[in-house]
Amino acid sequence: MSNITIAEISKNLASGKYSSVEITQDFLQRIKQNDKAINSFITVTEEQALAQAKAADEQRQNGNASVLTGVPIAHKDNYCTDGVLTSCGSKMLSNFVAPYNATVVEKFNEAGTVSLGKLNMDEFAMGSSSESSFYGAVSNPWDSNRVAGGSSGGSAAAVAANLIPGATASDTGGSIRQPAAFCGLTGIKPTYGRVSRWGIVAYASSLDQAGVITHTAEDAALMLNVMSGFDEKDSTSMQLEVPDFTADLNNGLAGLTIGLPKEYFSADLDPAMQQAVSDAVKEYEKLGAKVKEISLPHSHLVIPSYYLISAAECSANMSRMDGVRFGYRCDNPTDIHDLYVRSRSEGLGSEVKRRIMIGAYALSAGYYDAYYKKAQQARRLIKNDFVNAFKEVDIIAGPVTPTTAFNKNEKNHDPVAMALGDVFTVALNLAGLPGMSINCGQINNLPVGLQLIGNYFEEARLLNAAHQFQQVTDWHLKSPAGL
Amino acid sequence: MQWEVVIGLEIHVQLATKTKIFSGSSTAYGADANTQADVVDLGMPGVLPVFNKEALQMAVKFGLAIDAEIHHKSVFDRKNYFYPDSPKGYQTTQLYYPTVGMGHIEIELEDGSTKRINVTRAHLEEDAGKSVHEGFGSSSGIDLNRAGTPLIEIVSEPELRSAKEAAAYFRKMHSIVTYLGICDGDLSQGSMRCDCNVSLRPKGQEEFGTRAEIKNVNSFRNVERAIDAEIERQMDILEDGGTIVQETRLYDADKNETRSMRSKEEENDYRYFPCPDLLPVLIDEDYIEAVRQTLPELPDAKRQRYISEQGLSAIDAGVLSANRSLADYFETVAETINDYKLAANWVQGDVSAALNRLEVSIEELAVSAEQLAYILKLIKDNTLNNGGAKEVFNALLEGKGDDTVACIDTLVDQLGLKQVSDTGAIEAIVDEVLANNTKLVESYLATPEDKRAKAIGPFIGQVRKAAKGVNPQVVMEVLKKKLSEL
Repeated sequence: MSNITIAEISKNLASGKYSSVEITQDFLQRIKQNDKAINSFITVTEEQALAQAKAADEQRQNGNASVLTGVPIAHKDNYCTDGVLTSCGSKMLSNFVAPYNATVVEKFNEAGTVSLGKLNMDEFAMGSSSESSFYGAVSNPWDSNRVAGGSSGGSAAAVAANLIPGATASDTGGSIRQPAAFCGLTGIKPTYGRVSRWGIVAYASSLDQAGVITHTAEDAALMLNVMSGFDEKDSTSMQLEVPDFTADLNNGLAGLTIGLPKEYFSADLDPAMQQAVSDAVKEYEKLGAKVKEISLPHSHLVIPSYYLISAAECSANMSRMDGVRFGYRCDNPTDIHDLYVRSRSEGLGSEVKRRIMIGAYALSAGYYDAYYKKAQQARRLIKNDFVNAFKEVDIIAGPVTPTTAFNKNEKNHDPVAMALGDVFTVALNLAGLPGMSINCGQINNLPVGLQLIGNYFEEARLLNAAHQFQQVTDWHLKSPAGL
Repeated sequence: MQWEVVIGLEIHVQLATKTKIFSGSSTAYGADANTQADVVDLGMPGVLPVFNKEALQMAVKFGLAIDAEIHHKSVFDRKNYFYPDSPKGYQTTQLYYPTVGMGHIEIELEDGSTKRINVTRAHLEEDAGKSVHEGFGSSSGIDLNRAGTPLIEIVSEPELRSAKEAAAYFRKMHSIVTYLGICDGDLSQGSMRCDCNVSLRPKGQEEFGTRAEIKNVNSFRNVERAIDAEIERQMDILEDGGTIVQETRLYDADKNETRSMRSKEEENDYRYFPCPDLLPVLIDEDYIEAVRQTLPELPDAKRQRYISEQGLSAIDAGVLSANRSLADYFETVAETINDYKLAANWVQGDVSAALNRLEVSIEELAVSAEQLAYILKLIKDNTLNNGGAKEVFNALLEGKGDDTVACIDTLVDQLGLKQVSDTGAIEAIVDEVLANNTKLVESYLATPEDKRAKAIGPFIGQVRKAAKGVNPQVVMEVLKKKLSEL
């Protein structure tokens, strides 16, 4: 079937073509039919969804509907949802029913969207393939033998399979952009501080940022309009006015300067990938953009500094998963030490444990300066590369990933190979910049992502560039066969 | 060998903010377990801290009070360790960039001299919860009401040289933080707790000896006793040629001894790093100046003023200025009657005695400062003599009055304490006493001239028995005159 967008649902709800209850039931039906194979949902909240849909329909009848009232979506399972399992894909939180809503969830509830449930993910968002979930791996709707990407693999797969038109997601090192690329979708990670992190279970606090995965840039803009903004409960959220992200979508691109980092187009890049990205850049030139080669000279520091900083923060953030106040607790602990050791050993998966250990090591006495502090210094250099680049260009373009979606079980036993796949995405998290992934082609019937990187808080410009591309291409309209 | 004692104190002061340092929960003491712990205090997944600016203001206030460097930038760090009363698995504190830098205070030594003690730093951090070991069978309970209560940890330089000095330092800090109103100062509720680092070194040696840290001492008396016990323990070991092990110890007040809690090897590697959920705290000179404007007169300044401007003795001035409530009481009295010395005598004397006897705080005393001032005013205008004034004071303590000043007039009337200063009236009373006590008069007249001053005493007693409120000076004069005429 053809992709169903949020904009289209919003229009049809407004015109009365169908009700929120009807479209919700349709999606719930599609989930029942198709998600067994894809495994994109951890929890489907059917009853609650229908109640929300009913309320949305009433709200519309009362004339109080906003653009997204009645539109079905779903949340990544690291978003706390009051009264609903919030597992983060982990055995550790497999019994954790959150007692409160994340700010983003609260905002969508206020906007009247309908939540169909909670989406599968790599355990605690640590991973690039959504294979490390306690609830099983997510399949890529384009090829069930392949991964959907991660960590927001459930969000991407569910949207790609049209089980929902849009999903929330989170991105610490590429966890929105990479699965969006692998599943042929539009994903945006806003600037660090644009969206509140309150209630989103932390992996690496200085890198985590909430965003969305949708079919189109327009849909992403509609969702960002709801979720962005300062939150007094998140001290790192920015006290900045939020623009209407749909306002600039139709602006022309004449005069836009696009930077192409030479480091992102090295001889190592797969030629087919290189071709797909270059073709996309040519489309931009046709739209009036100018292209300029730039350099991000510290790109080689990106992966090591990311894996030190994220692991260090992860090691502390995971400490509260101790089996004491919530979550998994081992049977018959003999004392508090035994309770800690066994609850965590049994409750946490191997990738999470690996990062906790790396992080604890990097922070330990005698190693702090050599690892954590060095990584922070490198982070500043990486950030400065971008600051300098944005003196010359408006946006930066490049690949999202070195390859298209890889096979399941191909990399999950090789953490270094898995990490290297994040080479193009993690720099933005270190710098705090906004980035997007849009579908720009196919290689062997698998989607290819184009990454667009914007300057701080210039999400509107990114969305504009993405939208204009989607006006002259049809990659975003393609959907996997048989779904 | 002659040993020199080296002591440094780390004092944890609970700040009297309304809400916790990183959450909106109340900090009030004594609520039912876990009723003052929200999702942040419980360390729930997904929660974030928001820094309470009231705690910052209090820390800066403290820094200014000890003449410390106030850092324009301070940063919260995570101190990682697992313990059930630490819900996040780390404590948020300030390791590398504390809000308050180097400062100093003066302590008064026993000989009346003062000594300057430097304060290394004071940093903001969160308190932990409490483990409850009774009532849960073989398990323990956890109460997180205290978790997240703001603390400043005040770290002294190792400049204290005896247990007495350490206790004086702890007292002085107590005095300062209660003066500032940033801590309720209630030691019994753990509002101030002290870790004592103690070591010995041969006299004259520059290098420090190995230290032991006594954790969580929470009374002035125990600071002194714990340190003395620890000094004795270390000295015994050293005198026997042994070596001190660096370790953390606990003080057992019942046995008056310290015992080992954990050795250095068992110490955690806390893996400090800056907390990514909190922005660096940035303050400018304007902010610091604004806080400075809110500083009250501090104990040292008050003490100096009492001595130099009001002519009080150093001892009186020290005692009266040590506690802000007592000082406020004293000053209200002194300023109302415009007589610091009379006020000092009474507050140091009858008031302090009453506080000790009744075991109440100055706020709880049945005689308000306004009432005492009125009583003293009655002394000054000769309405009451000293004895009468004490009687009214005691009557108030016994609950015979109320909280008004007017009730004092009533009490004076009821008790017949109004002083008679009229010479004519007193002469009549004296005449009567002399007429009724012929034996006393005879023995007086038999007394040699040079010893008669003493022999006049019994007559005074008789006169006052006959009429309570007589002015003693007038009685003396009249008695002398009448007796000399016999």
